[in-house]
Amino acid sequence: MQKLTKDNVHPKIVQALLGADSNITIEDALENEMILNMGPQHPATHGVLRLLLRLDGETVIACVPELGYLHRGYEKMAENMSYLEFIPHTDRLDYISPPANNVAYALAVEKLAGIIAPPRAQYIRMLLAELARMCSHLVAIGALAMDVGALTVFLWGLREREKILDFFDVICGARFTTSYTRIGGVASDVTSDTMRNIITFINQFEEKIDEMERLLNGNRIFVERLEGVGVISKDDAIDIGFTGPNLRASGVAFDLRRATPYLFYNEMDFKIPVYTEGDCLARYFVRADELRESAKIIRQVIDKMPNGEVMLNSPKKVLPRKTEIYTKMEELIHDFMIVNFGINPPVGEVYHAVENPKGELGFYIVSKGEGHPWKMKIRSPSFANIQAIPHLVKGQMISDVVAIVGSIDPIMGEADK
Amino acid sequence: MGLESKLTNDGFFTTTIDALASWARENSVWPMPMGISCCAIEMMAVGDPKYDIARFGSEVMRFTPRQCDLMIVAGTVTYKMAHVVKKIFDQMPEPKWVIAMGACTSSGGMYRSYNVVQGIDQFLPVDVYAAGCPPRPENLLNALMQIQEKIGKTRVKDFPDAQQSGFDTKPTDLSLSKN
Amino acid sequence: MKELLKEKLAKQFTTVQFEFIEQFDELTLKLDKSAILNVCAFLKDDEGLKFNLCEDVTAIDWATRKKRFTVVYHIFSMENKFRLCLKVDLDDSECSIESVSSIWKAANWAERETYDMYGITFLNHPDLRRMYMPEDFEYHPLRKEFPLMGIPGSVPLPKK
Repeated sequence: MQKLTKDNVHPKIVQALLGADSNITIEDALENEMILNMGPQHPATHGVLRLLLRLDGETVIACVPELGYLHRGYEKMAENMSYLEFIPHTDRLDYISPPANNVAYALAVEKLAGIIAPPRAQYIRMLLAELARMCSHLVAIGALAMDVGALTVFLWGLREREKILDFFDVICGARFTTSYTRIGGVASDVTSDTMRNIITFINQFEEKIDEMERLLNGNRIFVERLEGVGVISKDDAIDIGFTGPNLRASGVAFDLRRATPYLFYNEMDFKIPVYTEGDCLARYFVRADELRESAKIIRQVIDKMPNGEVMLNSPKKVLPRKTEIYTKMEELIHDFMIVNFGINPPVGEVYHAVENPKGELGFYIVSKGEGHPWKMKIRSPSFANIQAIPHLVKGQMISDVVAIVGSIDPIMGEADK
Repeated sequence: MGLESKLTNDGFFTTTIDALASWARENSVWPMPMGISCCAIEMMAVGDPKYDIARFGSEVMRFTPRQCDLMIVAGTVTYKMAHVVKKIFDQMPEPKWVIAMGACTSSGGMYRSYNVVQGIDQFLPVDVYAAGCPPRPENLLNALMQIQEKIGKTRVKDFPDAQQSGFDTKPTDLSLSKN
Repeated sequence: MKELLKEKLAKQFTTVQFEFIEQFDELTLKLDKSAILNVCAFLKDDEGLKFNLCEDVTAIDWATRKKRFTVVYHIFSMENKFRLCLKVDLDDSECSIESVSSIWKAANWAERETYDMYGITFLNHPDLRRMYMPEDFEYHPLRKEFPLMGIPGSVPLPKK
């Protein structure tokens, strides 16, 4: 066998790589760049996100994300089904915190139809939205830690999340995709037993967050892997369309619960955590702090919960109660009309946005007066957040790409719609 | 596989070796989580401390197809993603099984639209369908137990030698009527 | 805030026709497609208005009207906490409009998605490709003539 000396190694590598029939000529194979496909099936991309990376050794020069692997055609389907039938579909948008999407959609349709849910229903919606925020942040922190290498935090986060999912089970009937809100209220009431159990859960929850933070904040590997990685400045963050915890980690104190208050958030006392560094560590800190703030809000909501009914009594727009449908005539007719022909809101359009755990979720509904919308556009936060990835990974190493994607926390179900 | 197939042509050794091989296979099914959307979260929940899947032998959820026997397709499969799923399935070595988790993979689910494949059995051979949207973790564990039962009924000579068939991944007929 | 907006716009753009619609506590501004780039630059840079967050760019297909498409922009001013909706009507035969991605980077992907779903071209867009559907897909799904179940054979499926 021919001995390989230092002089003829390079040409031999080139030869072997190109094969016999090729019309590419390279001067030095080891000085060129490489295109790497972090494909849709990958343990570290959160869902089916395809990243095409152009690498120079281990440094990323450019990145092109490709979406569409989970495009289910939500907007086209919404044009063919009534407003009430679309509620289960909104669950599957940001599928880590389904009740939050339900609340967002119900608020948008109620704004269009011109009805306001009773106060108790609004408090219950706030309660669910904050529990959903806790679910989402637990998974986000857990997944970020798992991607970086700390597997225990993921399992602890999921353990706490299971307790929250038990509450969803009792309140909404399903542990995961809840479809709990209705146009005009919520589907069923919350008993005082459940609320007492939620308070017990919150009381032991604060220590669990402290435990998780103790594991991560003092861990040199975690901190060094995330500090200074993926920095985005304040102006760039607003320009590129960031909203939610990602924006607050860059120094912008913007939260839709304070800027355009909805439900009863203007009566709740909570802080908005803001960090100015704009790197991955700051995004993690914002999420951990928001967990504590959500626990505070839940305590206040349960304290102030008013008594009353949970569905509005407006027969042309809101489904009547089941007990009355089975016994009275008008309610039966209204139920039939609403389920088959839909609530018919007035002609017009509305854009309503709420503060989802990932950012700003907005529904833009155009109605022509019929039972189904003429157009429904879902402004999903993850779509805008993923747009920033090419900007953030420029100049970083491949392993930083994983940390950056984890800290941005995209969910492909809503990015691809 | 060569020695086993010579030993299990007929005779006393057949049932013993078969039982041993299928006992080993069914108690260490390593799943390949093809987690696409919401069902993937329930699959993560099956791995968490409450509904432990490790006690069924599926301790490692390897994300590389070369080391797995069971592919759990969890989530809506769109036309663009179908090519990826098929590619990964082709890379798994025999013997392999598929669980279609959730309504979206079984029949398109609640998405009757232009971009969703109405059921993955249009391009993959499915062994067990788990119903639900998403199926509760206990439901997925039930599906896993049914796969274990199915493996328990297989015989060693059902799986052709990989070298003979090349990369022909036509699924072997594991129907019960052959037994 | 609404009065301030109307005055400033009227003062700055004397030649452009504006149409204000108010519904459900929201303000919508309809204008002509030739003025869109200047108006957006003014809305972003003016000290009193500062619409710095572009939330969404989308389009509506009216199907039977003469001006078939309407391109809709949702912009938000964080300082004044005010949301504005801009609308531009487009004809079917010349459905192209200037891209605002030079003013707000957030509009980049939203315009790509609108191009994919409706077929509206955005002039001077840095990277106009399809967003969700594969590159060789021939139709635009959200147009009203595209059926919900799709056109059989338009996207290939792997063999069993």
